[in-house]
Amino acid sequence: MTVAIDIHNATKRYGDKTVLKGVDLTVDAGTVTVILGPSGSGKSTLLRAINHLEKLDEGYVALNGELIGVRVHGDRLKERREKDILRQRAKIGFVFQNFNLFPHLTIIENVSEAPISQGVKAKDAREHARTLLARVGLADKEDAYPRQLSGGQQQRVAIARALALEPEVILFDEPTSALDPELVGEVLSVIRTLAGSGKTLIVVTHEIGFAREVADRVVFVDEGVIVEEGTPDDVLSNPRHRRTQDFLSKVLA
Amino acid sequence: MTSALERPEIADAPPEAGTAASVPPGIDLRKLAERKVVPLRHPLRWVVTALVLVLLLNFGQTLFTNPSWEWQKVGQWLFSPAILKGLQLTLLATAISAVVSFAGGIVVALARLSGNPVLSTLSWLYIWLFRSVPLILVLIFLFNLGNLYPTVGIGVPFGPQWAVPTFTVLSPLVLGVIGLSLSEIAYSAEVVRAGILAVDQGQLEAAKALGIPSRRQFSRIVLPQALRSIVPAYVNQIIGLIKASSLLFYVSLLDLFGVVQNLGSTYPTDIIPLLVVATIWYLVLTSAISIVQFYIERFYARGSVRELPLTPLQRVRRRLAGIRSTVQGNTLA
Repeated sequence: MTVAIDIHNATKRYGDKTVLKGVDLTVDAGTVTVILGPSGSGKSTLLRAINHLEKLDEGYVALNGELIGVRVHGDRLKERREKDILRQRAKIGFVFQNFNLFPHLTIIENVSEAPISQGVKAKDAREHARTLLARVGLADKEDAYPRQLSGGQQQRVAIARALALEPEVILFDEPTSALDPELVGEVLSVIRTLAGSGKTLIVVTHEIGFAREVADRVVFVDEGVIVEEGTPDDVLSNPRHRRTQDFLSKVLA
Repeated sequence: MTSALERPEIADAPPEAGTAASVPPGIDLRKLAERKVVPLRHPLRWVVTALVLVLLLNFGQTLFTNPSWEWQKVGQWLFSPAILKGLQLTLLATAISAVVSFAGGIVVALARLSGNPVLSTLSWLYIWLFRSVPLILVLIFLFNLGNLYPTVGIGVPFGPQWAVPTFTVLSPLVLGVIGLSLSEIAYSAEVVRAGILAVDQGQLEAAKALGIPSRRQFSRIVLPQALRSIVPAYVNQIIGLIKASSLLFYVSLLDLFGVVQNLGSTYPTDIIPLLVVATIWYLVLTSAISIVQFYIERFYARGSVRELPLTPLQRVRRRLAGIRSTVQGNTLA
């Protein structure tokens, strides 16, 4: 298997608080990795560092061997120009907890915005957007505005939007946490279909059942470090570490 | 405390169906439940309304009975060439200043919000200065620019200079518009800044995550959403600007107010009708802008409300359709 993402010594501080303490993680191409952890454990920060929405104080993230957001400058890592970072982000899809759809644009405009901004012809971008909307089951909603859709539908649009640039990696930051319980299923099922498509997925979630079923690997993060990682069976059914056991007993209770 | 324990039979007794504590005896609540609830009446409201109407009608009557209003003269002056010329100047100066200050306001607001400390300090200073100095002072200052800087030009500091006399490049109108814009930019920058700050931070994050180029992040994602809160505040500014343009009179430009002032001293007996004429035109201008505002706001409300408010025309149509259907219903019955 080839390594898609290589994270080394990821360290992030907010003032005196260190939220990531030198995290090392590699993710193989085409696999699904689920990141679990209590709130405030640094799991979202880790995810956001992968596409440089969060700048690391030390350490790096590499996608297929290319450093994201930084470059080698003499004997240091130096931050890249915003323009270059934006270009790199196009290879990494990101799905937010609160969807963050553009409320003033229609569904199809939301999905085709990024490709058009990168120079794809409007007609082709819309064509592609239609295919993606059909894939997430929202072909009939292309002229609606985000607020006219349910939360589950909005998140499916957000997934289609993240897919529009055909990224190799898609990051999901608690994609179902803002949804009513009965809408969680439709979003998870869309993510499930992506899991078999060869894309590399990294999902921060509290859906243990989903992790057990879909993940190739589960990573448990607490207090800015990776406490335990392995197959869903290892981590979820036979957790070795005390903190993992505590967390699971609380979540599954 | 113990009463409930002492009399358990009261607490436990299930209420008989169709009764409640507050129902007088002999009334069947179930029957009342089938009838429409009578809304609360507001008799005092009617009294106040009547009182206000009487006062208004009294005033309305004087408009016709008091000969000093001289409505005939108002009619004569309303479209007189001199007044229309003043109106034209008011419109021109306001329109140019409004456009210039909006563009300038965006620039100053972006400078203020930028990470560059020099730019943001400069922008803060600009806003501080022009919000502090009265517009009339700015205008009179500008009209004495010829005394301060007899020539304007550009050159290398301490090197060669290219310059022309100040008043050959800057006509009074240009100076007036510059004066209006300079002070208006300071206010509109704050209006624009407030609008930008009101856009959810997640929008910018989503745009960044999608790799949308910085300039397009602003023009396509942030600004359209900011405009929703900018437009009402900025229209307010423009209305203020229309009236502020009457200060141009003090630097010998004949705007609507200036013309009325001049005519008033030439025809002192017509001062009341002339003031009425000016009032009417300012009302017309403000109303026109309010109508435009309605449609612009409606445009930028796309996506923020589930259903757009009806335009007045749509409302009239619905009402007519409603009347028509009831009329048809009545004739059929």
